[in-house]
Amino acid sequence: MSNPYAKLPNWAEYGLIPLVNLIVAFFVAGLVVLLVGENPLEAAYHLVNGAFGRGEYIGFTLYYATTFIFTGLAVAVAFHAGLFNIGGEGQAYIGGIGVALACLYFDQTLPWFVVFPIALVGSIAFGAAWAFLPGWLQAKRGSHIVITTIMFNFIASSLMVYLLTRVLKPLGSMAPQTRTFAEGGQLPKLDWLLGIFGLNIGNAPFNVSFLLALVAAFGVWVLIWRTKLGYEMRVMGHSPGAARYAGISESRITIIAMMISGGLAGMMALNPIMGEQFRMQLDFVQGAGFVGIAVALMGRSHPFGIIPASILFGMLYQGGAEIAFEMPTISRDMIVIIQGLVILFAGALENMFRPAITAALAGFAGRRAAVTQSKGA
Amino acid sequence: MDLFHTLVVLLESTIRVSVPLIFAALAGLFTERAGVFDIGLEGKMLGGAFAAGAVAAVTGSVWMGLLAAILISVLLSLVHGYASITQRGSQIVSGVAINFIVAGSTVILGEAWFRQGGRTPALADGARFSTIDLPFADSVRDVPILGPIYADLLSGHFLLTYLAFAMVPISWWVLYRTRFGLRLRAVGENPGAVDTAGISVIWLRYRAVICCGILCGFAGAYLSLAMTAGFVKGMTAGKGYIALAALIFAKWRPVNIMLACLLFGFLDALAIRLQGNPLPLIGQVPVQLMQALPYILTVILLAGFIGKAIPPKAGGIPYVKER
Repeated sequence: MSNPYAKLPNWAEYGLIPLVNLIVAFFVAGLVVLLVGENPLEAAYHLVNGAFGRGEYIGFTLYYATTFIFTGLAVAVAFHAGLFNIGGEGQAYIGGIGVALACLYFDQTLPWFVVFPIALVGSIAFGAAWAFLPGWLQAKRGSHIVITTIMFNFIASSLMVYLLTRVLKPLGSMAPQTRTFAEGGQLPKLDWLLGIFGLNIGNAPFNVSFLLALVAAFGVWVLIWRTKLGYEMRVMGHSPGAARYAGISESRITIIAMMISGGLAGMMALNPIMGEQFRMQLDFVQGAGFVGIAVALMGRSHPFGIIPASILFGMLYQGGAEIAFEMPTISRDMIVIIQGLVILFAGALENMFRPAITAALAGFAGRRAAVTQSKGA
Repeated sequence: MDLFHTLVVLLESTIRVSVPLIFAALAGLFTERAGVFDIGLEGKMLGGAFAAGAVAAVTGSVWMGLLAAILISVLLSLVHGYASITQRGSQIVSGVAINFIVAGSTVILGEAWFRQGGRTPALADGARFSTIDLPFADSVRDVPILGPIYADLLSGHFLLTYLAFAMVPISWWVLYRTRFGLRLRAVGENPGAVDTAGISVIWLRYRAVICCGILCGFAGAYLSLAMTAGFVKGMTAGKGYIALAALIFAKWRPVNIMLACLLFGFLDALAIRLQGNPLPLIGQVPVQLMQALPYILTVILLAGFIGKAIPPKAGGIPYVKER
């Protein structure tokens, strides 16, 4: 897409503009709170307190953030190749099969640190496979990736209902979920990590997949900015014409980028399945695939932006529960509104304030230049 | 005769579930033909349904409810238009955003205003649409074959149902037989040419987006004022996406849209009816497969295995006047 706007300094591009967009999104969310007759400042207090007020709360915040780092990275990788992968939700859901199968087979015989890599490979394989088809269809048959990934989300959801009610459910059980895993299928908590800071995580399911998420974020950074494949992906994202001219195979990059994206989305399944519930439940993804879109847009598709953006959304999820508890008129659906507003202001309307900010910066820079000039004279 | 009766009942429920799909898919037709992709059909329908349910409950008037649905839906369309036409933002991102904003705010506002777990109060008779019996429906019911078809299948629907089916030829006429329609289609294929002819691309696209809003408003009002008596949270349940699938499946043509919506509606009605009952010849079919079938069919079509779906050429690309 053409960018008719002048280039801003990095701190403004990656710091100021997202911040302004975020503030506007929260301001509008505050108006919604006013509309239901509550005090937005009180809601903000409960939000921050509920997310960071205690060690346990911080544990929950980081647990949610772990999930969003994976799905955010998934969306970002596809973004860099100029692809919009809305299918993170379905890919994560299907990725759960890989995790569940690994745990169901090995949880009683092997320790967690052996099951974990197997489940990891499983989640990547299943997630990537679910993303492969839309990628292949876009590359070879020209069907639009946005539409196919939306369709695949629905197909995944029907497939999982079928599998969980007919195939993976233990005999004689009514609930549509797998059996609870034995010790080998349960990830250890990261209580020691927060313990360093003197915090007690209590019941929070903050687990080792957080470390995996950080590794994945670093891996994505290396992939995008330090490898030939990443370079080719970025070229294609910037200008498909230039990529074609340079001899980069468009279909190869499309398929690979989608599979990496799907694999990352699939890894998300490790966190809730092995880290919290110790079984695969119906609808365990709970919209995290879509949160990934907001996270990637806010983090400007950069891993080091995605991590803070994920923590912010983790805060919304955990703090949002606290708001719902303290102020019953504001249920957790408030998060969905904020998520939508962030997508709107940081995504679709990202350039709304750019002319004003550019003008303000230019005016400031111009005045400074004039001052130095008059000093020199 | 029993099989015939079953078929009539099945087709009757097909019509009932197809109506919102037809409205929404036609809504998508207007914007997408003008070059603005819209995956926010779901959100606009949901917003319209909520506005209709809430206003009809408060005022006791079905018409105020319908008006409110259209207003809210047009307003959301204008947000989408502002983001994707004026600000030249990503149309997909904007559509996703609208879906989330509406999904969240209908629950929050509904709960805050009515305190019934995200529902609006059940509507009394004057505050919702009632069915219309066509003339002589009762007297011809006993005529074999044609009687039940007339009395049960064609008669006894809501005003909005008949409007939905009337909108199909009307949309065709607007898009293919009026100057506005010609320009609208042109702006979706080659906006540069339209601009050269001295016609505002921006204003044309805005009008297309407003048409979309009006139709989505009808779809939403049908859900909360006709199909059920009041709004239930998340009541669109993916119908906006099915409508989107139908729009593509129909290759962006009005009459095909009606047929695609009827097909998807039939699958839905069949899935409800078959719940647990085996299908003749094929045997037991999982309900989930029936539910996924519209999406699977659309994917297969998009892949070019059943004809080729070619979207409007300038779809999804914001128009920049000068480079």
